Amino acid sequence: MADTKLVGQNYVTPDLLAKVTGRAKYAEDFRAEGMLFAKLLLSPIPHGRVRSVDTSAAEAMPGVRAILRASELPAPADTVTDLGETIRANPKAERALTDEPVYAGEAILAVAAVDEETAAAAIEAIRVDFEPLPFVVDPLTALRPDGPNPRAEGNVWGRPAAAPGTPPGPLEIQELKWSDADFAESEQGKLPMGKPQVEWSYGDLDAGFRNAALVLDETFYVSNNQHHVLEPRSALAYWQNGKLYMHSGTQSAVQTVASIARWLRLDQKDVVLITEYTGGGFGSRATGSVQCMIPALLSKKANAPVLMRITREEENYIGGIRPAVHGRVKAGFAKDGRLLALDLYTIGENSAYEAQGDAASGGRFVSLLYQPEAMRSRAITVLTNTPPRRAQSQPGGLQAIMIVEPVIAKAARQLGIDQVEMRRINAPVGKAKLGPANAQGQRGYATSAFVREALDRGKEIFGWDARKARSGQRVGSKVRGVGVAVSTFVAGSTGFDGLLVIKPDGKLYVQSGVGNLGTESVFDVHRVAAEMIGVPWEKVAIAWGDTSQHLPWTCVSGGSQTTHAMTRAAHAAASDAIAKAKEIAARALGGGPEAYRVAGERVSGPGGSLTLAQVAERAIQMGGKYDGHELPEDINKFTATSAQALAGQGLMGVARDTYPRDGTSFSFVAGFAEVEVDVETGQYHLVDYTAVGDSGTIVHPRAYGGQVLGRSILGMSHTLALKTVYDQHYGLSLTQRMYQSRPPTILDVPRNMKWDAVNIPDPETPVGARGIGEPPVAAGACAILNALSDALGDDIYRRAPVTLDSILMALEHGRPMQDPLTAHI
Amino acid sequence: MSQKAVSRRNFIKGVIAGGVAVSSAAYLFRSSPLLSGQAARTGGVERLLALTVNGQTRRVDVAPQETLASTLRYKLGLTGTKLGCDRAECGACTVLVDDVPRYACSVLTHAVRTKRIQTIEGLAAADGTLHPVQQGVVDEQGFQCAFCMSGFIMATVGYLKKHPNPTREELAHGVSGNLCRCQDYDKILTALHRGAELSRGVARG
Repeated sequence: MADTKLVGQNYVTPDLLAKVTGRAKYAEDFRAEGMLFAKLLLSPIPHGRVRSVDTSAAEAMPGVRAILRASELPAPADTVTDLGETIRANPKAERALTDEPVYAGEAILAVAAVDEETAAAAIEAIRVDFEPLPFVVDPLTALRPDGPNPRAEGNVWGRPAAAPGTPPGPLEIQELKWSDADFAESEQGKLPMGKPQVEWSYGDLDAGFRNAALVLDETFYVSNNQHHVLEPRSALAYWQNGKLYMHSGTQSAVQTVASIARWLRLDQKDVVLITEYTGGGFGSRATGSVQCMIPALLSKKANAPVLMRITREEENYIGGIRPAVHGRVKAGFAKDGRLLALDLYTIGENSAYEAQGDAASGGRFVSLLYQPEAMRSRAITVLTNTPPRRAQSQPGGLQAIMIVEPVIAKAARQLGIDQVEMRRINAPVGKAKLGPANAQGQRGYATSAFVREALDRGKEIFGWDARKARSGQRVGSKVRGVGVAVSTFVAGSTGFDGLLVIKPDGKLYVQSGVGNLGTESVFDVHRVAAEMIGVPWEKVAIAWGDTSQHLPWTCVSGGSQTTHAMTRAAHAAASDAIAKAKEIAARALGGGPEAYRVAGERVSGPGGSLTLAQVAERAIQMGGKYDGHELPEDINKFTATSAQALAGQGLMGVARDTYPRDGTSFSFVAGFAEVEVDVETGQYHLVDYTAVGDSGTIVHPRAYGGQVLGRSILGMSHTLALKTVYDQHYGLSLTQRMYQSRPPTILDVPRNMKWDAVNIPDPETPVGARGIGEPPVAAGACAILNALSDALGDDIYRRAPVTLDSILMALEHGRPMQDPLTAHI
Repeated sequence: MSQKAVSRRNFIKGVIAGGVAVSSAAYLFRSSPLLSGQAARTGGVERLLALTVNGQTRRVDVAPQETLASTLRYKLGLTGTKLGCDRAECGACTVLVDDVPRYACSVLTHAVRTKRIQTIEGLAAADGTLHPVQQGVVDEQGFQCAFCMSGFIMATVGYLKKHPNPTREELAHGVSGNLCRCQDYDKILTALHRGAELSRGVARG
């Protein structure tokens, strides 16, 4: 899109005034007449079975209105996908309440009472008799020949062996143990590599290592961490005329309706979700949270609205955790720095519930990012008795890149190659290939990649050469180091719908199904439609955050999809509206539709011109497709229902994104960091940081900058401080609160960070824009890791976060003293 | 505990200690059945307070152990003050008490009964004109999910009362008791610093 007035410009988003005045209502801010409060009873043990529950004392308390047990939850329902495919329900999947807790802190039952004090007192008065069961919190322990299993059936997810020609059976929990021989290498601190669950490769790995001038073999551990969304997953629910009204934060206003309907076994039309504002998601509430069914069921039981206010402690249990990943890399480099062979093994930890695919997916990103000539990726995901693992910004990509980036940095140092140059040499270019070949022997590829341009821009802005010149120099007890890192993640999906109406008041009414997480994509993407139709932004009204407002089928705001997916959908809907407007004008004024153009709030051509307001009136008179009484057949049924409700109000633009795309969309970030380390105390701080994105066209610069630097800091937290710790002997959390697992504060990061973007349009999407939420994460994490080794030399760390005590120990002993094989330390 | 536990003698004792002979019953919003009568039994804590919030006197029934955040959010309908952690770790609930930023989750309402309390809802002028710090946030599109925003803005307003001309560095220290999990610190600092300039009447340029 050339010569844009809206796309690429800053503006005041429609939600900002409500936010700065405190009027913006998050789930917990709503009140309903006669509202009750819910409290949860949490499991005190990491694995057990409820033998009996005595609620008599609680029930006798004045003000207690309802108690909900796990046995009262509807049985898990099958999922019917958007394409009509049925995915069978997993009977072992996470539920809102359970009588067989598989982690400490899991919710057992819930009480609704007239206020929180009464509900909490009732919880205290309930007696639960638990039968303790064996448990394990460390994935390697669970893989040991004699290691305990986190569930009675085993320690990994798998499918039963199927006869040839028959489809594989449903997922089940199986036992997978490695032998003592498999663990032999762990004695030397190297990651054991027994039988994996997933394995793929391409190229000639052996030849790559044979031809290599340098071969490195490194073991590294990336800790897990809580999402720490600042708004806990509280929810308010009530029923009116058989419909459920749910107030809850989510990353998708539209797709969460299907989740709630499935959890509660309701028809989707009987669910209304109000979610105008969500206080952070980061992957942990992609389509809402299963726990929101608790207030819904309590509300039904007590016949009153129920607010379940989730505390920070509860959030840290049920809110989810990014999986830790153990990694081992064998990498072979040519003399000129070219990566010839990469052999990656990853062990991902998991809860005892659904597998989070971080360990298995990481290899693909690495193969794209460094373009190794030959690569093998092996992975296994092991269940433990710890809280549910959920996607967190750049899932899988972050951990794999954190495992490989320090190896790239070490190789550059040993080969005498500049760190920026090392990444330029191995950078993906254009339609760069990734992952293994498919059944037809073809490897997938990216839509575009301009990583070298991002590196060059960042090098200049950061002042790499000047900072590099002073790195390693010791001043008193302080020494500085510089680090650069590259990162990538998927950045866009396709096939969603756009829906808008130009009404006789001349305004453009846009329906936005995007969740409002503050990335502003909920509004930003619709600037495209306003731009194309030529309506000034002041005359655009956006409906969002309430599914009773007739929203179109929309992607989940996760995996950096939205900017790409929904600018395409907006483009499709605007194109549809423009085509219809031209037809209306041609019919009214004469000539062919192609002779008319839409600009400046008018449709003009050989026969004169009409205002958009006049076109809207005529659309209503003409009916049919023009005002939404006839709809395209390829739109999603969710969109069709919404469009039917809006029909007859003006000129409707409604369309599915069917634009072609050659390749898979990925975005890239290059991050640059300078650190200063006090070698006498081990304390270090980040002196400066710069990040440059390659994600196509920039739609909203300020929001973009917020993503690039904000997500970089989330990544930095993995190097600086964040981790969860589970006691190995009792299976209890030692990091329940923010002061034990603290996200970075404003003083932990430099006060003048810089960001920029390559801003080259993606050739495979009409607006040219891709997402940017995820790739800054690993760039931030790894730029610091690499700056630390630049300052202190190789062999300082073998796990992240890198704490001051681990630096002191490494300096004293001349080698890394951290244990990379034990989780939760 | 039930209503029956309130003896006439204890009730009178409480009222005498509190010094105000007004029944709190008529003001009960959502007093717990478990706690009703507690004022009397604890014999000294009057439950009916007249709080000064955003320049108005608000009469409200407050339990002895009730936090200011709870009173603001559940009794006075001022939900702009957010609860992120409820334990003084995140700063989302920051309000001004006699112009000083305080974590409302960790202040007992009874402790501020004689003080001036200001929340995010009380910052803009009656005609809707935004406070300069709010305007700075609007100008720079500060913050993302904004759950932390009220706390950051109140902390900034409080800090600027004593440090009207802070550097970027100084202002960062001024709001370092507030946590943003979107980690949008760079843009937040730009927005709040713009707010500081606007507070001093510095024009854009």
